[in-house]
Amino acid sequence: MAEIAKPSPQPPAPDFIIPEPGSHVPVIETPLWKIRLRLFLRSARTNFQLFAENPIGLFGLGIILFFALMALIHPYLMDNVWDRNIYDPVIGIDQSIPYHPAPPSADHWLGTDPLGRDVLSQLMFGTRAAFVLGILAAIVTVTIATTVGALSAYYGGIVDTIFMRLADLIIMTPTVTILIVMAALFNVGFVHLAIIIGLLGGFGGATIIIKSQALTIKVRAYIEAARVAGGGDVHIILRHIIPNLLPLSFLYMMFTVTTAIALEAVLSFFGLLNIRMSWGLMIYTTQRAGYLLDMSKWWLVFPAGLAITMLCAAFYLVGRAMDEVVNPRLRKR
Amino acid sequence: MRRFIVRRIGQNILTFFLFLTLVYVLVDAQPGDFADIYLADPRLTPTQRAQLRESLGLDRPVLERYLQWLRNAVRGDLGVSFSNYPRPVIDVILERAPRTIVLFLTATIMSYYVGFLAGKVLAWKRGGFMEYATTIVGVGLYTVFLPWFGLMMIWFFAFTLGLFPIGKFVDPVVWRRAPVDANFVFHRMIFSAFLGSTILLLWTSFSRRLNPDQRRPARLIGFLVVLVGIVGYWIVSGIGRYAWDILHHLVLPILTLTLVNFAGTMLLTRNSMLETLREDYIMAARAKGLPDKTIRDKHAARNAMLPVVTAFVLAVAFVLDGGVITETIFSWPGMGLTLLEAAVVQDIPMVIGALVFTGILALTAHLVADVLYAFLDPRIRYS
Repeated sequence: MAEIAKPSPQPPAPDFIIPEPGSHVPVIETPLWKIRLRLFLRSARTNFQLFAENPIGLFGLGIILFFALMALIHPYLMDNVWDRNIYDPVIGIDQSIPYHPAPPSADHWLGTDPLGRDVLSQLMFGTRAAFVLGILAAIVTVTIATTVGALSAYYGGIVDTIFMRLADLIIMTPTVTILIVMAALFNVGFVHLAIIIGLLGGFGGATIIIKSQALTIKVRAYIEAARVAGGGDVHIILRHIIPNLLPLSFLYMMFTVTTAIALEAVLSFFGLLNIRMSWGLMIYTTQRAGYLLDMSKWWLVFPAGLAITMLCAAFYLVGRAMDEVVNPRLRKR
Repeated sequence: MRRFIVRRIGQNILTFFLFLTLVYVLVDAQPGDFADIYLADPRLTPTQRAQLRESLGLDRPVLERYLQWLRNAVRGDLGVSFSNYPRPVIDVILERAPRTIVLFLTATIMSYYVGFLAGKVLAWKRGGFMEYATTIVGVGLYTVFLPWFGLMMIWFFAFTLGLFPIGKFVDPVVWRRAPVDANFVFHRMIFSAFLGSTILLLWTSFSRRLNPDQRRPARLIGFLVVLVGIVGYWIVSGIGRYAWDILHHLVLPILTLTLVNFAGTMLLTRNSMLETLREDYIMAARAKGLPDKTIRDKHAARNAMLPVVTAFVLAVAFVLDGGVITETIFSWPGMGLTLLEAAVVQDIPMVIGALVFTGILALTAHLVADVLYAFLDPRIRYS
């Protein structure tokens, strides 16, 4: 047994070149990943400084952090502070109050909904749902858009034609309408919706923009240099084109989050989704109970409506501020 | 250039057919069919339902129905709407499409106009408190949850203040004794608006030849003459109050859509302006000692307009998408509401008809945007 565990007799290959005495090969003593990490951190720091110059972006980031905090402390509150029978966002009910919806009180900071559930708890639960949906959709979109954009820009020809016609097809489709039809047709849940939105975005508008960016990268001198140095297609795409597309992709991620949250809210509002609780569903419940235009019951509609608007706006503002980081022509200096 | 356009048209037609096929399959894949909505109706026996299904052709396979539909559509016959039986689809579209187009075209023009003016100023006065405030409010409105915002607008302007009607296209009380129907009045309204704007456009381009001092009063007089002419026509015609009723119903949806959409244009114009302001010719204009307003409006804004114009053309293509939400909230009987209602009851010919309408609109807009881009910016030429 001990013989198997023994390390191989050969020493590990050195990750730097040991120069012959008298030669002029430069010595790199730190491993490559450390250099890469340091470069990455440095560029991240500069980019954040550029981002922080714009108060609008910081404002958006602040709102996102606030909502993220709300989403994070909800499970803690459910486990330790709130009674699950009363405060559960879906099945809780406060039986000590005779009439629901009840106005805000010390127990229920944002009142209760027509079914006797705590609005604040629903709002916090909905925040987590919105984040998960938005980020999942954004990841799907960006992964597809970046890959497809890089491939169709690099190879051109038939690949390009197929993907671009597909993008035209998707751009033509009225998204809201198609989603309504699909939600009526399939049993659309949370993850399905995120993936559908991600696919529509990824093969649609985002691809076209990322592809046009990839086209400008493809003709740069360093791509030519990489090819001359013997880099294969896969190497060039993975190592040179996609890393240079990432800032733009990241930007599109922000806008996709906005779209996904807004679409989910609209579909929930029409009552077409099979989900447990979300901001759109809160408004739907209010509408079904007939309190939608009753402003004396403001706590039913306002928190959810404002939350949707604010989180969407926050992601959009962060996207705008990042646009100024990515696109130097928009900067102040 | 011509080869480019021809190729684009060819590709677009192919895309269009793919789109139709996809949508047909998707709508048809819904469980049940049109006859099933009568399932709960005791007056309709199963035999009658089967007959209904047979007469609508729903008992035949999808492919056969689709091919038959396609054959007829090429000849300009989009079939009969199930839920508006026996009205042909094309008839329903011709009735509802102008309402959607008028509502959204007006709203889009308004929001682009406001957004362009705001974006111009925003880029010029960069970095102040006003910029941040305007951007945050604008983006807040842009990303607002539209159903909620629309209902707030209805609640505030229509319900509390009572300034506007709560929804719908016309007020039935006013129209009870009307000598003509709403479509007649509405078509006249479209025609007079079209005529008025054409005359104004011609007059504006003519007044360019006048010397700068006379230009402004000449344009003002032209505008007043056209306005007086149109208002006078409607007063004399005797159906003016009905036209006023339709206009009254239009105001709130247009106001809502403008508020929601202007920020997109504003931010686009701002970015485009910021890029333009770095150009050398702006420096040259400053060096010549031109006043700020001239540099901003004549030198920078004109050149920054290009992406805005393209975005405008593309926005026109998406009237139906926004239409579904807005028309549902304001109960505006346009294409969006028709499409939604038809999709819910599986009125396949109507759904496809509405999508044909959108598809043609979208493709035309894309093509126009491409050509316009080359036309407006001589640096871009298609080889």
